[in-house]
Amino acid sequence: MTGHPLAGIIAVTARLISGVTVRWVDSEPDARQTVYFANHSSHLDFVVLWSSLPPEIRARTRPVAAQDYWDKGLRRAIAVNVFRAVLVARRTAGQEAPRSSGNPQEVIDHMLEAMGDNNSLIIFPEGTRGTGEEVASFKSGLYYLAQRKPGLRMVPAHLNNLNRILPKGEFLPVPFISRLTFGPALALEPGEPKPAFLARARAAVCRLREI
Amino acid sequence: MKNLDPQLVWAFAGVLGLLTLSSLIGLILKVAIKKPEAQSTIGNLNARIGAWWTMSAIFALTLFIGPTGSLVLFGLMSFLALREYVTLLPTRRADHRTLFWAFFIFTPLQYFLIAIQWYGMFAILIPVFAFLFVPARLAVAGDTESFLQRASMIQWGLMICVYCLSYTPALLMLKIPDYGRPAKLMLYLVLVDQLSDVLQYVWGKLLGRHKIAPVVSPNKTWEGFIGGVLSATGVGTALWWMTPFRPPVAALVSLTVALMGFAGGLTMSAIKRDRGVKDYGTLIKGHGGILDRMDSMCFAAPVFFHIVRYFYVR
Repeated sequence: MTGHPLAGIIAVTARLISGVTVRWVDSEPDARQTVYFANHSSHLDFVVLWSSLPPEIRARTRPVAAQDYWDKGLRRAIAVNVFRAVLVARRTAGQEAPRSSGNPQEVIDHMLEAMGDNNSLIIFPEGTRGTGEEVASFKSGLYYLAQRKPGLRMVPAHLNNLNRILPKGEFLPVPFISRLTFGPALALEPGEPKPAFLARARAAVCRLREI
Repeated sequence: MKNLDPQLVWAFAGVLGLLTLSSLIGLILKVAIKKPEAQSTIGNLNARIGAWWTMSAIFALTLFIGPTGSLVLFGLMSFLALREYVTLLPTRRADHRTLFWAFFIFTPLQYFLIAIQWYGMFAILIPVFAFLFVPARLAVAGDTESFLQRASMIQWGLMICVYCLSYTPALLMLKIPDYGRPAKLMLYLVLVDQLSDVLQYVWGKLLGRHKIAPVVSPNKTWEGFIGGVLSATGVGTALWWMTPFRPPVAALVSLTVALMGFAGGLTMSAIKRDRGVKDYGTLIKGHGGILDRMDSMCFAAPVFFHIVRYFYVR
């Protein structure tokens, strides 16, 4: 499978703008089907993570993005055509009911369908962008994915400083040097309870911040 | 090729010879010294020499393109240096738009003023207008937490990374009677300043015993400082033919450049220690970031510029 013709250009631009240094700690790029999960503090997060993957892996990796933000105009054109983003509805406090149903099981079905047998996913289990200071608790989606696809590789990643480049509520970026750290893959243990797995996954992301 | 000044070509031929010699020495050290404890120093030395080839090639290319080439190169370096610097700062959310101004308005404007040769505005844009604008914009943003500290950090970043560094290509504005194009004067400043850094490093590695400022910069020794500054002054004097200076003046000027460069390196190290890092970045292999390489230049260039402008421009 080959990527979109613009993919290479966008990847290089994203790496230049974010000045990102990429590190794989006790981990290395692997073409097997994987779910990459990371902390979320900026709209740049998935673009930078996606751009930092080796091209052959990138071509088969689809970011999961919020439908309410990405499903309009130029954003949609880029998200759907270049990144092949999987747009999912999310339930946000104080918001009207989303256009498509935000039913968790339907969202999981949608993601599994998008993965098929070859595709990898990028997801942000916090569900929404944080301030960049703290990593919020993880929503259940990561657990259900693991449960429905036994043995699925899940690779934690930590994105640092992207919230300073383009914080929540700003539309113009300011250049900072950012850092992306991938950690060792983990998988759901047989019989592992949901809260324990989600806490372990979150701890795996937080640990990368300190390294 | 109207920029092909014979003196400039000679100077670059010298740089080429020096780089070849350094690479040879690096290769000999790598083959001859097998002691494991020396390996990391020799590896770093060879990485540095490799980076010098690249940096010299880029600098030569932009110099031969003409003033636009040098302005774009230094403008880009200011931008990247400022990025390395602000990354280390404890910035707050409310600083975002002020920083946007620093990067995308003041930095390009400063170099644009050199391009249109408006010296009067070039000299005051940052020390007057940006210095007043930054705290005012921060006040508008409304966050008063550590206000004075945040305003000063951004002001100082613009001062060092943009204003001071821009004095190097600003030399191209100067009209010095009976001297010709000032491109070779810029090369002279860069050569003396950067060789002073290199020679301080070499003397320090060879003879260094007594540390000057162990807390601020553990690698700086009295032996490296004295040896480096004196030999850089020697080189600067020997290169008098590419400057408007007579040999004794060239000696004084290059001594000043070397001393200012040392002060710059020490000051920028103090900032790194304050922020708890070893290097500003990782862009230049073996050296660190742009600011790690240009720290001495930031202090030497403005003083060199004003010496030349006061005494040699009528």
